[in-house]
Amino acid sequence: MTSILFDAPGPRARSRNVVLSVITVLVVLAIIGFIIVRFTQSGQFTAAKWKIFTFPLVQKTIVSSIGITLSAFAAAAVGSLLFGIILAFGRLSDYRWISLPCYWVTELLRAIPVLIMMMILYYGLPPLGVHGITPFTAVVVALIAYNGSVLAEIFRAGIESLPKGQKEAGFAIGLSKGKVQRLILLPQAVRAMLPVIIAQLVVILKDTALGFIITFNEILFQANYFGTQAQYGSPVLPALMVAGATYIVLCLLLSGVARWLEWRLRRGPKSLKTAAPMNLDVDSGVGLSAGS
Amino acid sequence: MNTLTDNLELFTTGFKNTGILFVVSAFFALILGTVVAAMRVSPVPAMRGTGTLYVNTVRNMPLTVILAFFALGYPKLGLVPVNFITAATIGLSLYTATYVAEAIRSGINTVPVGQAEAARAIGLPFMQSLTLVILPQAFRSVIPPLFNVFIALLKNTTVAAGFSVLEAGAIRANLSERGYPALTGLLWVALIFVILVIGVLSPLQRYFENKWRVAR
Repeated sequence: MTSILFDAPGPRARSRNVVLSVITVLVVLAIIGFIIVRFTQSGQFTAAKWKIFTFPLVQKTIVSSIGITLSAFAAAAVGSLLFGIILAFGRLSDYRWISLPCYWVTELLRAIPVLIMMMILYYGLPPLGVHGITPFTAVVVALIAYNGSVLAEIFRAGIESLPKGQKEAGFAIGLSKGKVQRLILLPQAVRAMLPVIIAQLVVILKDTALGFIITFNEILFQANYFGTQAQYGSPVLPALMVAGATYIVLCLLLSGVARWLEWRLRRGPKSLKTAAPMNLDVDSGVGLSAGS
Repeated sequence: MNTLTDNLELFTTGFKNTGILFVVSAFFALILGTVVAAMRVSPVPAMRGTGTLYVNTVRNMPLTVILAFFALGYPKLGLVPVNFITAATIGLSLYTATYVAEAIRSGINTVPVGQAEAARAIGLPFMQSLTLVILPQAFRSVIPPLFNVFIALLKNTTVAAGFSVLEAGAIRANLSERGYPALTGLLWVALIFVILVIGVLSPLQRYFENKWRVAR
């Protein structure tokens, strides 16, 4: 990243970089300063606007709305991982009558906006006599449908990136087709595609906020509710700041957990290699090409 | 069928606004995203930091929150009033620009090192080596991810329906007022999106991918 695109700076470049740095910092400070001044002038930082967030009941509601967001995320994440695996293996099936429908389902679900799916589930189905559709189920099912199809493509790409020998070796030692897929291909595909899978999980977490539009009482919905309380001066901006900061923290935590997981998985074969350098000579080549 | 034909003007206005949101946001997101990508690989540490801060903040916030800020929060600041469609365009551009920036940055990484070294060897400064040598090649290799970003943008425009913009996502609410079934209307909207994505944008993606394929 550092020095491919530019030479090591000499004295003139260094002074120019300092000048540019100062200008950048000044511009950024000017923008932030303008925002803060504007916020202060319109009274967004007054105690009256933030008073509502000092009540224990309000704080408790916000915490419980974080719980609701997280439970929707957890259900949607597990569901879409499973759905994605099923769709991916469906598309890789040898039978055309399985692989073709799976292909169409994947393409179709990826093309429809998640919000429209949520609306179909939440507003479209009840008039047909389907009962028990809560905002929660609409959000979770729509997220599973969309992200499952995206994850299916990711899994498929991961499986197809594996060297052919993996599958052949599995068959050679007498594993059935299902076992080859489950025990040999899938674990390696997941490992190879982990960064992309994690990025998709962050998307799921962020997309739970779409539930706001179909009255799902998650973080943004609660924040907006408190933001419109006229007797506390309609603190919309403070409420949105709380919601935005909460989402950033949640997403960063999720990416942090993901990075830790990736590090753990990466460490696995390596520590094995140092422990037993002899017998890993054979697989290390395979492991390298599988990882790339 | 008559849900569509009776309310044709609703569908055309809705998708016209979706189109406007998409084209304008895509244009600004492409420009801003390229600038941010350039900032993130620039020799000036403060610029790299600014770019990283912007991308990490905006990417970790849901689009819904960003649009809520521009549609609901911004009017409280007492600045120049903007209408909802402009607010949605600003929000969508700022959000999509981070994804464009990341796509282009990964494209810059796919350009062979020798190209950058050659550019430096003939004495091009950073800006020229970036704009004349690196970016033209990077753009070609990021066509697939860039189109994925724009397909996502097209679908994301529906979120603006939650913030008083009459576009494709808002057709349902208007249909319900007129007493037409929500499901039929929504299925039409979904079908039009499927046609737009699978029938228009994906073939376009393949076309440009083949046309601008880098011969290495």
